[in-house]
Amino acid sequence: MGIISGYIGRVYKQFTGEILVLPSRTVALLFCLTLFLLPLITADPYILRILILASIFAIFAASWDLLSGFTGQMNFGHALFFGVAAYTSALLNLHIGLPHWLTIPLGALAAVLAGLVIGVPCLRLRGPYLALATLAFPLILTGIIFAIPGITGGELGVSGIDRLSGSRVIEYYIVVTLMISLGFVMWKITDSKTGLLFHAIREDEVAARASGINTTRYKLLAFCLSGLFAGIAGGLYVHFMRIAGPSTLALMLSFQAIIWAIFGGIATIYGAIAGVFILVPLMEFLRVMPEIRMLLFAIIVMLVLLFMPEGLTTWVRDKIEKECPRCKLRNLATRKSCRVCRADLG
Amino acid sequence: MIESIIINGLTSGGVYALLAIGFSLIFGVARIINLAHTAFYMLAAYLIFTFASFLGLNPLLSVILSVIAVTIIGVFSYKLVINPVREHETAILIVTIALAIIIQEVMLMAFGGHPRVVPSLVSGYTEILGAKVAYKQLLAFGIALIILLCTWALLLKTKLGIAVRSTAQDREVANLMGINVARTGMITMGMAVALAAIAGALVAPLRVLEPGMWMHPLVMVLAIVVLGGLGSIKGSFVGAFILGFAETLVVFLVPMGAFLKGAVALTIMLIVILIRPEGLFGVAFEEER
Repeated sequence: MGIISGYIGRVYKQFTGEILVLPSRTVALLFCLTLFLLPLITADPYILRILILASIFAIFAASWDLLSGFTGQMNFGHALFFGVAAYTSALLNLHIGLPHWLTIPLGALAAVLAGLVIGVPCLRLRGPYLALATLAFPLILTGIIFAIPGITGGELGVSGIDRLSGSRVIEYYIVVTLMISLGFVMWKITDSKTGLLFHAIREDEVAARASGINTTRYKLLAFCLSGLFAGIAGGLYVHFMRIAGPSTLALMLSFQAIIWAIFGGIATIYGAIAGVFILVPLMEFLRVMPEIRMLLFAIIVMLVLLFMPEGLTTWVRDKIEKECPRCKLRNLATRKSCRVCRADLG
Repeated sequence: MIESIIINGLTSGGVYALLAIGFSLIFGVARIINLAHTAFYMLAAYLIFTFASFLGLNPLLSVILSVIAVTIIGVFSYKLVINPVREHETAILIVTIALAIIIQEVMLMAFGGHPRVVPSLVSGYTEILGAKVAYKQLLAFGIALIILLCTWALLLKTKLGIAVRSTAQDREVANLMGINVARTGMITMGMAVALAAIAGALVAPLRVLEPGMWMHPLVMVLAIVVLGGLGSIKGSFVGAFILGFAETLVVFLVPMGAFLKGAVALTIMLIVILIRPEGLFGVAFEEER
C-alpha cells in the first residue's frame, strides 16, 4: 500500500514539477485532454471530420518541421512523401486487398524509400539549391501519374478504398491518438542527442563535420524519419478520404506544410501542430464567405508573420516564459529566480 | 514541324529568360526567394486585359500603363511586406506565397475563373521557310531579346548595374564602399518586377489568361535559375532557352506530352545539378554565417 501511494505521490510530484510548472506544457496537456474528451460532448460528423483532417495534416506539417526546421534541409516538395504513401496504400488496398493496418505502414515504408531516393542525390546540394531541387520531385511524379492513367487513374485518382473504421468516432480516436503519440515521438527525437546533431547540422554543417559527426548519415536519417511520418499521414489521409488523387502531390500541399509549420513556429514540432490546428479550422470557418476565403487566409497569415516573424507559438512562448541564463531551462515569466538552479532571472 | 518547334521554343525561352533574370537579380541582391515573382507576371497580363478590353484603350498604351502599374505595386509590396521580414529566410517564403495567393484571389474576384483572351498588338502571319509564323510570336521574341540586351547593358555598363552586381557579390563590403544597399535592393525589386510584367505583356496575346497561370511558370523559373546557377544572369539566360526548348520538344514530339512537359524540364534540371551542384554558371556563394 505504502509503495503504491509513494508511487502515486512521485507521479503527482513529476506532474506538478514538470508539466504544471510551465504554461506551455499545461496548454499542451489541456489540448490533448480536450481532443480526447471532445466526442463525449459532440458527435457532429462535420466537426470530427475537420479535426481528423487537422490531425493528419498536423503529423504531415510536424514531419516537415523535423526535416526542414531542425536539420535545415529546406524541402519544398514535402508532398512527395505524402503522395507516394497515399498512392502506395491506395493501390495495395484496392488491387491486393490488404487491410489498412498493413497498407499504412507499407505506404510509410514506400515514403521512407522515397526519402532515400531524393536524400542521396540531394546530399551534395545545400540552401536554396536543395529547396528548389526537392520541389521538382513531386511534380515529376505528377507528370508520370498523368501519363499512365491505366494504373493511377490519372486526374481522377484511385478511389473506392476501405475506410479506417465503420464509425466516425472510432476513426477520430485512431487518428487523434496517432497524431498525439507521433507528435510526442517526433518531439522526443528532436529533444534527444540525434535532435541536437540535427540542430548542429542546420547551424553549421562544416563545424559539425569537423567535430567528427557523420553529417551525411544524419541528413539521410532526417530524410527517412521525415518520410516515415509524412508517409503515415499520407496513408491515414487515403483511408479517411477514400481517394488518392494528384492533389496529394500538388505544389500547394507542399506549400501548405511550409505555411503551417512556419506560421506555428519553425523548429519546434509543437509549433507545426499548433499551426495546423489554428489554420485548418480557420479555413473551415471562413467558408461562410466562400469568395474571399483564400484572400482572408493569405492576409491573416501575412499579417501574423509580419508581426511575429518567428512564428506564433515562439512569440507567445517568449512572452509567457523566459530562459534561465545559467542552466538554459525555461521558467514562468513572472518568476524571480530559476526553478532549478535558483539563478537570478532579472 | 521543326519550324514551329523552333519558333515556339524561342518565344517561350525568351519569356522564361525575362522571368528568370528578374528572379535571379532579386535573389542575388537581397537573398530573397520571391515566390510571388510570377504572380506579378499574371497581374500584368490581367491589367492589359482590363485596360485594352474593358476601358478600350490603345493596346500599346495599355501595355505601357500596366507595366508601370505592376512595377509600382511590386515596389510597394517589397517595401511593405517583404523587406520587414527580410532577416527571416523562412518568413519570406510564406509572405511571398501569401502575396501570390492574394494577387491570385483578387484577380479571381475581379475577373472570375474563366479563361480570358487579350487582343494582340499585331495580327497576321508570315512564312519563313514554308512555316506559318504569327507576327505576334515574332514580336514577342524580338521584344524579349531587346529587353534582355537592355538589361545586360544596364547591369554591365552603368553605375547602377555595378552597384547591383557588387551588392549581389558581397552586401557588407558594398555597403562599406558607400553603396546604398537598401535602395539598391528596392531598385532591383523594381527592375525584377518590371521584367516580369514585360514577360506577362508578351505572353498575354499568346495564351489564355486564368488566375492560376502563375503556378507553372513559377516552377519553370525555379528550375531555370537552379539549372543556370543562382544569381548568374548568363546562367538564367541559357537555362531559360534550354528548358523552353525542352518543354516545346516534349509537347510536340511525345504523346501525352502536355502532361509530361514540366516533368521532363525538371528532370533535366535535376540531372544537371546532380552533376554540377552549383548549376551551369553558378557563382559559388561564400558560406554565409
